[in-house]
Formats: sequence, structure tokens, C-alpha cells
Amino acid sequence: MVGKTIKKWWPVFVLPTLAAFLIGFLWPFIWGIYLSFCKFTTVKDVTFVGLSNYSKVFMDSSFSHSFWLTVAFAFISSLLINVLAFSIALALTKGYKGTNIFRTVFFMPNLIGGIVLGYIWQTLINGLLTIWGQPLLKLSARNGFIGMLILLMWQQIGYMMIIYVAGLNNVSPDLIEAAQIDGATSRQILFKIKIPMIMPSVTICTFLTLTNGFKMFDQNLSLTGGDPGKQSQLLALNIYDTFYARSGAQWKGIGQAKAVIFFILVVAIALIQLKATSSKEVQQ
Amino acid sequence: MTEKKSKSGIVATIILSIISLLWIYPIVMILFNSLKVESAITTAGVFQLPNSETWNGLKNFVASVTQMDFLKSFWYSLVISVMSVVLILLCCSMCAWYIVRVNGALSKAFYYLCVFSMVVPFQMVMFTLAKTADTLKLNTPYNICIIYLGFGAGLAVFMFTGFVKGIPLEIEEAALIDGCNPLQVYFKILIPILKPTIISTAILELMWVWNDYLLPTLVLDIKKYRTIPMAIQYFRGSFGHVQMGPMMASIMIDIIPIIIVYLVCQKYIIEGVVAGAVKG
Amino acid sequence: MKMKKVTALGMAVLMAATVIPAVPAMAEEAAGKVYYLNFKPEQDEAWQNLAAAYTEETGVPVTVVTAASGQYETTLQSEMAKSDAPTLFQVNGPVGLKNWKDYCYDLSGSDIYSQLTSDAFTVKDGDAVDGIAYVIESYGLITNKTLLEKAGYTLDDIKSFDDLKKVADDIQARKDELGIKGAFTCAGMDSSSDWRFKTHLANLPIYYEYKEDGVDDTDAIKGTYLDNYKNVFDLYITDSTCEGAELSAKTADDSRNEFVNSEAVFYQNGSWEYGELSKTFSDDELAMIPIYFGVDDANEGLATGTENFWCVNKNAAEEDIQATLDFMNWCVTSETGTKSMADDMGFTIPFKTAQASNNVFVKQDAGYTEAGLTPVSWNFTTMPSEEWKNGVGTALTAYAAGGSWDDVVSAFVDGWATEKALAE
Repeated sequence: MVGKTIKKWWPVFVLPTLAAFLIGFLWPFIWGIYLSFCKFTTVKDVTFVGLSNYSKVFMDSSFSHSFWLTVAFAFISSLLINVLAFSIALALTKGYKGTNIFRTVFFMPNLIGGIVLGYIWQTLINGLLTIWGQPLLKLSARNGFIGMLILLMWQQIGYMMIIYVAGLNNVSPDLIEAAQIDGATSRQILFKIKIPMIMPSVTICTFLTLTNGFKMFDQNLSLTGGDPGKQSQLLALNIYDTFYARSGAQWKGIGQAKAVIFFILVVAIALIQLKATSSKEVQQ
Repeated sequence: MTEKKSKSGIVATIILSIISLLWIYPIVMILFNSLKVESAITTAGVFQLPNSETWNGLKNFVASVTQMDFLKSFWYSLVISVMSVVLILLCCSMCAWYIVRVNGALSKAFYYLCVFSMVVPFQMVMFTLAKTADTLKLNTPYNICIIYLGFGAGLAVFMFTGFVKGIPLEIEEAALIDGCNPLQVYFKILIPILKPTIISTAILELMWVWNDYLLPTLVLDIKKYRTIPMAIQYFRGSFGHVQMGPMMASIMIDIIPIIIVYLVCQKYIIEGVVAGAVKG
Repeated sequence: MKMKKVTALGMAVLMAATVIPAVPAMAEEAAGKVYYLNFKPEQDEAWQNLAAAYTEETGVPVTVVTAASGQYETTLQSEMAKSDAPTLFQVNGPVGLKNWKDYCYDLSGSDIYSQLTSDAFTVKDGDAVDGIAYVIESYGLITNKTLLEKAGYTLDDIKSFDDLKKVADDIQARKDELGIKGAFTCAGMDSSSDWRFKTHLANLPIYYEYKEDGVDDTDAIKGTYLDNYKNVFDLYITDSTCEGAELSAKTADDSRNEFVNSEAVFYQNGSWEYGELSKTFSDDELAMIPIYFGVDDANEGLATGTENFWCVNKNAAEEDIQATLDFMNWCVTSETGTKSMADDMGFTIPFKTAQASNNVFVKQDAGYTEAGLTPVSWNFTTMPSEEWKNGVGTALTAYAAGGSWDDVVSAFVDGWATEKALAE
């Protein structure tokens, strides 16, 4: 009945969102796929060139470098963030004093934007590196990579920690008590009860950290800007750089083709993740 | 047993306190650097607290506000964030309700498109979106919210449909029988029930829009408007050098309201994140 | 009945959504307007003032947007894609023109073209005049004469690279006694400053190689004079105010401040710095000497040329093109315009009605030329791409921090060939 009544009200309920969705996503998305097969500087001079942009993408060594760098970055950052966030969450669910204050502090960096974060950490890390006599961020791809890891960890551990805390609080205390009575050690409780019980949180956090790692742009732009010589350029920045910073008519099409490849990569990871999640749900 | 536990509790508290101090150090560092004279903010000197020689009072804040029209940027950021989030919440919750209640093939298709849009990276559409927005003149802080509604609809529709599915039909039916029209049902019944989800979604979207850099950079009319992240990027490089003092001050101007809002609404923000994650 | 209400409401929502964006579009006037995307951040303020003066005089709105340093190409590309694109932009020479020639209005019939003192100050595509240089600049080693004399030398003691090295090494050795931090200001490799070395200093080996080979462009640079390049750069980083490893984070500002605070004697930069420096120094205290390169020092003058060519967007509306042409012409012919360009911006402009600049470096350049020295031409307009410059810059930064010079050579020579091939 509700469905029938509101069905004809679609101009009110759906149309605004739908119209904006067409303007803000669907049309640009379809157009973007089309443009990846074209050569263009602005939309007024588009010529269709078929697959040549895609073949050029694989000839561009900066792309393959940033591709593997991004893969490495996403997995390493995801692993570190999850392990640390989980450890902190464990400590915070033990009922120690000041838990609330700690939680507040750890979560805070998450609210700060990527550009600002990048400049904060650039100042801090360059200061430390100078004192240690190490090459600065813009000079060393290794330091730049580590710097981005530290930055992302600082930003996201709090967020993931919150999710883990919620998961851990849902583990029934009766279950743990029963296990303790049965003589289980705290290690056994952790691995046999707590971790299996919070698997949904683990999948969510893994998914979030992985996609955040893959899509990272602002932090990369402001922390290292891709220096030295694109060595610390992640995929999103590489695409932007190809698109807007390289002059020459061929680069825009190549940039758009890179974006399509990037998009397929992210969707593939999301699908794998989705499958993993649903198979876990079956087990439960 | 209890003694042992309290001892380990003290150790843990101490360790956590140390980590917490490290955690807020970067922000504290920016704060005291923003109070120093420019020549004291060197690569190696950033760890020194301001002293009588390097103390600059609020001059950097004044400089950042006057030189770069930072208050204007603040205003634009605020307008964009508030308008976009309000629009997203209103339109997407309506849309989600419709999608759930009118469970036709078309609404399903739209729902899946929304979910799909959540995973698409922005770089995929940056050029064409900027062009579309430009053609439609959606390039001022007062109407860029339409673009944000379009690009941000995915997450919001997804979160709201997840919640609406759990609301029993009976209340709405009763209201309709009482002679309410769907809009009245929506405002009088749906909104109060949806309140927690509205808050969580609002927080997630607000965090995104306030901090967004690339979209406004490409879409906004840069002849007239600059948001805070864009303005901060301008301190670097513009005028041939980095104005470290005003830049530190601007970072603080960006962060302080965030921290205040966070401390005030902490409970909602953390609940919002949890709710968002469970649905997501 | 109900249906009607719903539709009406829906229409209202839709209308609201479409009306909001339509408002700014209607506000646009039919008369021409100018949108200038300015390349030079240091002249931003002067341009804003000049634009305001023009608007006041003629009523034509002029918007000046300055791209953040190093972001010109990015900003230009994103702005040119918009419907309200810049009407006046700039390219840095033939290489830059290659990307934008389809967007350049032919200036050959324009008033401003007829004002040029020489056809050499244009970039052309066939017969079409696509770009017109609006400024001639010089760069070299800016010298603090007071400090130099305090150290017991005069400008006459420096007539070659060997002299320069001797004087600089001596000053460096006695820096504590002289109360300074080093002979040269830090060679900052931050993006606000690295162009001084990856572009301007890199021009000298290219200039001498072209000269020797009798060419004005090449697809494969040989790097004949890279050893001289190394010698000069070594001098900059050893007789410097700071350690080589710190250079990557040093900005143009750091470098300038050291010079302004009399912490260093020599400062490689150009005539555009005059405005900033004259706030602290009197004209008598400043001098610019050639960057002696150890090749033909007896005849070497300042590096003088241009990499700033104005182009008019031919896709702009007709009235906007006309307004832009009028504005350009006004800038280089009117009293206000020429005065602002000469005094506020410190430019020497290659136009007939130019006013004599009070810029001491510009006067010096004229003096050197009169004395028979050959100005070093600006060949960095033939550098293959920004990409190449960045490659050289990165290698130089790494070298300053203890890396190998071979990487600089490879970025210079191999990078040149790669990037030239890509540009074709």
C-alpha cells in the first residue's frame, strides 16, 4: 500500500537525486570511458584513436612504477593499520582508566583533511630527518614512502580502532567467562574467541584500509608531491599528473585511459572483498 | 590476582598516555610554530618552542586572514559543506525511502548504480565532471552542492536504504490511512525514526566535503572562489616562496573548528563511524 | 488532482535546481572582458593593481589570476577546458607553443604587434604571430658590493670563473671573520627555487654547445660543457650558507632572506628580484655580474632574453578577444601601463613606447652590452619539456646531498633525447 501510494510521487522523492546523480556521476563516468579512446586537449577537439591510449599507458614507465608502488603501499598500510588498531582496541576494551580520553585522542586525526595532514607531517618529518642527517622527503623515495605510511597510519588507526572496539564490545562476556572457567589462557581467549567473533569488523577494516590506500591522493600531493622524480607517486597522483601537468595533446587521453584501468582495479578489489565477506557470512 | 591486574592496568595506562602524547604532538607542534616568526620556522627549528626572540603573537594569523582572504575561504568552505550535506541528507533519504518501498526494477537498478558509484575513484570522472559542471555553471559555492549531491549520493543512499529496510511498514500505512500525504509521512514519521542514521551520514559526508581538495579545485570558478584546502595549497609556491608562518596559522584555523566540533559531538561522530562501518 | 499537485511540486524542485545555476550565466554582459592567467607570482600584486586601473579607466572588467608557482601548466589546462576560459595566457617559447598553437589568435594584424621593436620578440607558427614577448629580463650573479668590499675585493677583481672561485673560496674561508654565513646564498632546490639551477644555470652549457655547433635547437644534446656546469654548481654548494643535504627544503625565500640579511655575498637570480632587493639596498650596493662559466669569460655578458610570450585565446568570444587586444596594447603604450611595467614590475619591455626602467640590473645589462660583451641568449625555451627540467632538478638535488654527478649527466643528456622524442 505504501509503495503504491508513493509510487507516483517520484518527481519529489527520486528526481532531485537522480538528476544530480546523472550530472555528478553517471554522465561524466560514461563520457570518461568514451574519452579514454580519444585524443583531446579540451572537449572541442576530440578525435577517436581507438586503443592507442591504452597501449601507450603500458609504455609509460611512470605508470607501472606507480602501479606497483600503490599495490605495495595499499597492502603494507592496510596490514600495519589493522594490527595496530586492533592492539589499541584490545587495550581500550580492558576497562583501564582514561579509556575515553585515549579514544578521543586516537580518533582525532581522522577528521583532518589530506592536504593539511600532508603539510603537518612534511614539517615534522623533514625536521626529524634534518636532525638525523637523513635525506629529506623530496629527496628520497624510501623516506617519502615511509612518510606516507606514517601519515596514513596516524590518520586511520583511530577510525579502525573505533570499529574494532565496537566489535569487541559485542563479544559476549559470558562466553569469555565460560572459557576462563574452563581454564583457557588469555592468549587462547584472544585467538580462539575474540578474533573469530570480530571477523566482520576485520573484513570491513581491511576493505576500508585497502581502498583508502589505493585511492590516496591529497596526502600524496601535499606530503611528497611525487618527488623525487615521480618515485613516490601513487596511482591517483600519477593519473592527475598525466592529465594536467604534462603538456601535449596525447597526454589527456592517456591519463583518461589510466583512470579507467585504475577504476577497474579498484572495482576488482571491491568485488573480491565482497565475495570474501559473503562467504564469511555463510559460515556464521 | 586483583593486585596483578591493577598493576598491569597502571602500566597500560602509562603506555597509552605516552602514545596519546605522541599522537597529538604533530598538532601541538603546528600550533606553537604558528606563533613563531617566519625565520624561526626552519626545517631543523620546528621543534623549538617559541621564545622571547621568536615569539610572533597572532601576527601570522592576522597575515593569513588578510593576505590570502582566508576568512572568505573559510566562508566558502562552510557554505559548501553545509549546503551539500543538507541537500544530500534530504534528497538521499527521500530517495532511499522510495527505493525500498517501491521495489521495482527501476529503483533496484538505481540502487545498484549508487552502490557502484561508491567504488569509482574520483580520477575517473575528474575531467568530464569538471566540464559538465562548467557547462551547467555549477561552479560557485552556492550551487556546487548539486555536484556533491550527485557524486556523494552513492554512500548516502546506501546507508539510508540499509536502515529504511528495517522500519516496519505498519506505522506508515496507518499514517496514510489517517489521510497524510507521503510528504507528511516522510517528515513526521520517517525523519524522526531515521535520526541516528541522518547524524551518522551527515558526519561522514561532512568530513568528506569539508576536507575535499581536488573536486573544488577543478570545478569551482578559481577566478573568484577558493576553499580552505585550496588556499593552504596556495601558500606553497605562490609569490615564489613558502610563507611558513601564515601557512601554519591557516592550518590551525582549519583544524581548530574541527576539533571543537569533534569534542562537542564526539559521541555522535564515533557512533556514526561505527554505524557507517557496519552498513558499509 | 493529487497527481497534479505532485507533478507541480516536482516541477518546482526541478526548476529550483535549474534556476540556481542559470543566474550567474545571465549576469554576464555582452561587452568584452579580459581574463588574464598570469605566470609570474612575484608580479601578482602589480598586475592586480594595473588591471584595476584599466577597469577604472575604461570600464572593461579585467580578471587576473596567478597560478601558484610550478602550477601554471596545470592551471592553464584545467582553465582552458572551461567555458569561461582565459582570454590572455602565456607560453614560454617554441616548445610551449607546440601544445597551444591551435588556441592562439594570430596577432599579426594587431596594434600591439606593430609596437614591437623587433620581430625577434615573437613566436610564430608559419606566418601567424602566435605569441608576443612582453618582457626582457636578465639574470646573473647578484652581488652585495658592500660585503665584497669589506672582504677586500671589488667587482674588477672578478672577470672570469677562476677569479670568481678564488674570491668565493677566500670569502668562504673567512666567513666568520666577515660575519656572514657563506659566499653564496643557499642553492635551494625546493620547487620555488630550483628553476634557478635546473633551468637558468642549465642554460649556459646549452648556450655554449649551440654556439659551438652553430645551431639553435637540437634533438640530442651532447653535454660538451657539463663539466663547467658542475664546476659552477660545486661552487654554489661548497661555498654556501648551508650543507648540501639541506638544500632540498630550502626555498627561494630562504635564499633571498640570506642575501637581504647580508649573510651571503652572491645570489644567482635575475632582474625581477630588483623590486624586493631595493627595499633593503640602495642602488649603489647592488650589482649583477655574469655567471662566469669558464668558456669564454672575457666576452660573456648577462643572460638576457625572454620566456614570456603573451598569447590570445582564439576560441574566446569575439568581443573578449577585442577587449584583450585593447588591454594588451594599453599595457605597453599608455602612461600608466608602461610606468607600472617598468617600475612596479621592474620589466624592460620590447615595445617602442617603453619607459626607461630604474632597475639597476637592467641598466647594467645595457652597460655590459655597450662595453662589447655578448649577452647569453635564453635557450631554455628549447628545453624539451618541464619533465626534463624536473629530471635535471631532481638529479642536482641528489647530487648536492652526496649523490653522483653521473646521474645529472644522464638526466641532462639521455633525458633530453627521451623527452624530445616524446614531444614529436
